[in-house]
Formats: sequence, C-alpha cells, structure tokens
Amino acid sequence: MAQSQVLTRLVAKTKTREIRWHRYEGYLFVAPLLIGIVAFIFLPIAASLYMSFHTWDMVSPPELVGLKNYARLVSRDRIFWKVLGNTFKYAGWIIVPSVTFPLILAALLDRPIRLRYLYRLAFFLPLVTSVVAVGLMFRWLYDGEFGLINYTLSWVRIDGPNWLSDVFWAMPAVAMVTVWQGLGYNMVLYLAGLQGIPDHLYEAATIDGAGPFSRFFQITIPLLTPTMFFILVMSVIGTFQTFGLIYVMTQGGPINSTNVYIYYLWQMAFGSSKMGYASAMAWILAMVIFTITMIQVRLARLWVHY
Amino acid sequence: MRAARVERVASLKQQELLANIVTHILLIVLGLAALAPFWWMISTSFKTEFEAFQIPPTWLPLEPTLEAYGDLFLDQLFGIFLYNSVKIAVLSVGGQLITSSLAAFAFARLDFPGKNVLFIIVLSTMMVPYAVTVIPLYIVMHRVGWVNTHLPLIVPAMLSSAYGTFLLRQFMFSLPIELEDAARIDGCSSFGIYRRIALPLMKPALATLGVFSFMASWNNFFGPFIFLDRKYLFTVQLGVALVQRQWYTSWPRLMAGSVVVTLPVLLVFLLLQRYFVRGISLPGIKG
Repeated sequence: MAQSQVLTRLVAKTKTREIRWHRYEGYLFVAPLLIGIVAFIFLPIAASLYMSFHTWDMVSPPELVGLKNYARLVSRDRIFWKVLGNTFKYAGWIIVPSVTFPLILAALLDRPIRLRYLYRLAFFLPLVTSVVAVGLMFRWLYDGEFGLINYTLSWVRIDGPNWLSDVFWAMPAVAMVTVWQGLGYNMVLYLAGLQGIPDHLYEAATIDGAGPFSRFFQITIPLLTPTMFFILVMSVIGTFQTFGLIYVMTQGGPINSTNVYIYYLWQMAFGSSKMGYASAMAWILAMVIFTITMIQVRLARLWVHY
Repeated sequence: MRAARVERVASLKQQELLANIVTHILLIVLGLAALAPFWWMISTSFKTEFEAFQIPPTWLPLEPTLEAYGDLFLDQLFGIFLYNSVKIAVLSVGGQLITSSLAAFAFARLDFPGKNVLFIIVLSTMMVPYAVTVIPLYIVMHRVGWVNTHLPLIVPAMLSSAYGTFLLRQFMFSLPIELEDAARIDGCSSFGIYRRIALPLMKPALATLGVFSFMASWNNFFGPFIFLDRKYLFTVQLGVALVQRQWYTSWPRLMAGSVVVTLPVLLVFLLLQRYFVRGISLPGIKG
C-alpha cells in the first residue's frame, strides 16, 4: 500500500516536471530565429538610432551632437531635398502603370484560355532576373545611338533622346524598367484577388443585363480595390529602397536627376564616411515609410471596398 | 423558335471564339513586348562587337560567336565569382529552412509563455527598411572582422527570416494535427514530431521558401556590394556589375555576363514554378 503510494507520487512528480519542461520547450525551437533577429535586426536598429545623434567617420570616436544631423539634413542639405523629390517623382512615374498594366494582364489571363501557363511565364521572367542583369540589359536598350528602343522609335520617325543621360528622361526611363520588372508580381496579386470574387455576382449581373464592360467596371474593379491599394503601398515603399538598379543604370546621374533616397544614403555612409548623418537619413526614411503607409491606410477607407 | 435558339447559341459561340482570339492576340503582343529585352540580351551576347554596333541592328546574330562567353570565362575570377554565389546561396537557403521551420513549428504547434507576443515581434521585423539596419550592421561586422568575408551575407540570412517563419507557420495550420497527436500519445518528443512528421509534410512550403530565398540570395546586389571589396570574394552579380567599368563597354560581353547570371535562377524558376507562384500570392492575400 505504502509502496504504491510512493510510486504514484513519484510518477506524479516526474510528470509535473515533464509538464513544466514542456511549457518552455518551445523556446528551444524559436531560439535560433530570435537570436538572429535580436542580433541582426534589433541591435542594429538601436545602434542606428544611437548613431543618428552622433557624428562619426568610423575612425575618430563618435561625437554626440543631439539632433544636429536631422536639423542639417532638413534645413541645409539641398541635395537631400532634391533626392527626396526625385524619389517621389520616381514613385509618381511608377504608380499608374504598375496598377493598370498588371490588371489588364490578370484580366486577360483569368479566363480559361489555352497556353495560359506559357503567357504567365513570360511575365514572370523579368521578376526573377537580377537588377544587375536587368540594369545592363536596359542600359543597352536605352543606348542613344545603338539602342533598340531608339531604333524602334525611328520606324515612326521619332528621334529618341539619349535616355539615360538626359536630365528629364533618365528618371522615367528607370521607372519604366521598375514597372516592367514588377509586372509578374502585381499580376499574381491581381489573379489571387480575382479568384476571391464570387461567380454569383457576375451571374446576377449578367441576368440583370450587364455587359462585359459594365461587369468589369462595376464588379471587378471595386472588388479589387484592396489589391490595388496593396500594390500602391508596396510600389511607393519600393521606390524608397531602390539601389541596385540606379547603381547599374545611372549612378544617380545625370546631375543627380536619378539620385534616389537609398543611393544618396549609401553615398553619405560609404562614400563620405558620414555614418551618423546616414543613420539620421535612415531614420527619416523609416518615418516617411511609416507615414506613407498610414496616409494610404486612411485614404483607403474612402475608396477601398472591403 | 428552335431555329432562333440554335442561331443564338451559334452567335454566343462565335462571340466566345472572337473573345478568345482577341485575348490571344493581346497576350502575344504584350508577352513579346515583355520578353523582347531578353531576346536582345541573348542575341547580343552571341554577336561580335562589330555586329553589336551595326545599324540597323540585326535581330539574329549574322555570324553567331561564343567569343563573348569565352572572354568571360577566360577571366579566371569569373569561375570564382560563380563558386562564391553558389556557396553563399546554398548555405543561406539551408540555414534559413532549418531555423524558419523550427520556429514555425513552435509557433504553430507548441504552447509557451509569450508565444503570441514573440510572433508579432518577429513579424514586425518584416517592416523594417534594410537601410535602417545596414549601416550599424556594417559597423558591427567591421568590428568583429567579418567585412570582406562571406559571413555577413550568410549568417543573418540563415537566422533572421521572418518571412520564412510566417510562410511556414501559415502552412502548418493547414496540416492535420491528428498525426502529431497520435505520435505524442505514443511517446514521441516534440523534436521527434517536428523531425518525423511536420518536416516531411511541410515539403511543398519548404520548396516555396527555398525557391524564394535562393533567388533572393543569388540576385542580392546591395549586400555583397556593401560588405565585399576584395575581388576574389565577389559574387557573380557584383562581378558583372563592377567589372562593367573595367571592360570598356563591350556589349556582347556584358550581355553574356547577364545571361550567365540569369541562367541559374531561370532554371530554378522553370523547375519549381508552381511553388514560386504560391509564395507570391500567400502574403498578398493576407496583406
């Protein structure tokens, strides 16, 4: 009797110990990820904030300057404003085509037609190609004298500019490359959105006598507004993070006309060794992205039909 | 009456046929427009330098030559660039699959204090712009002597994939839990369940993540550009991008470089296409 009591107690004890251990077991599984995220994301974020209040050239010790970096950026750095303006210009060139072209493609590909896979494939290729290959490819295409684009324009008697060395045309030229690269991605987002629209809406509309055009504009477009909104936000945020394409295609030129945010940040950090100054730029960027997202979320309430 | 109906069906069919033809024509035109740059890249890479600058340009090389590719690989370093890229990609993809699947399993199936808060913290890192972290990351890497090694390109990618964790966790939720319950009753440990049940079932999602992280690693330009400046450490992307300045603008050679850089991702993409599409649409729907 006593013996069995002891035994049950022992079993119960090991069980609770096991349960207690089980409660924390999950930490072991997430440990590698959490260590990585703390070490390579959170610590750098903290360090970046700290550095943005200092001036530092990586040689002499950092010097505390308070908000001076931010103040100088906003009030005295003319190129900073130019670059910020360029980035918005870049976004401005991108938004409309990246929202509309992929929608057309998705609408065409949503129907059960033959060779659908092959067509989709064509629009994915730009997406999986690296910015280096894409940048070089388009530098050659945009070439003023020997480029294919100007040659094609010459068929219709248009004398194309020297795209990438023209102060006005360089930015739209780069922007069109970005649109081209994003076609496949945005198309897939639209296709997913289209699949979410229930068929009975179209059937009901057809019975009520709606033609294909009014079905598209009265049902498809309103129900795709969440996707459009997502594409809009992602495209704008993307323009603030573009580096490789600019580096390969224009190096920010001619005369800073394609110098965009991250490119200038890189020039400050690694060209001029102004680590504190560049960190302040990074934080302003984080705030800009946050604000854009918030504004777009607010605006979306007015026109997105969820 | 009946004749009229037959006629209407016939005209509906005609309409459909017409719509299909128009769709095909539009898609062919748009598809060719989207592919034309690739055509130009490939065609130029097989041209002689003289022919590349010919006006009017030739669509197909008149005298196809492998000269540009030969020049590329004669530069001994190009082979090393390729090796570096493969090494970095394989290690970061492998590591990412392990850490993300471990964490995803815990977030989906295990219960531990603070789980939800931790998951939200992990997710929130997806919104942090790379620009904010790259400068201090560079400084830290500089301090520990990792600049001009491949470690800054491998270790963070291995250990901090919030996207991968999110993707795999979502997938775990779609898997039946009964098998795991049965295994637990039979005395299988959590790690055993992860290793023997969850991991094999996660294969399609792992393939998706693998495709994505391979492409991200292979196509990465900013990272290698910041952390490497010894030539023998370059990845192919960096090699082709930087060497373009030393090669006086030899377009056939630059295009050959672009072709070589693009081929591996193209292969992975063609072989694993369906996983790729799933990976894009998943966060898209959620977003």
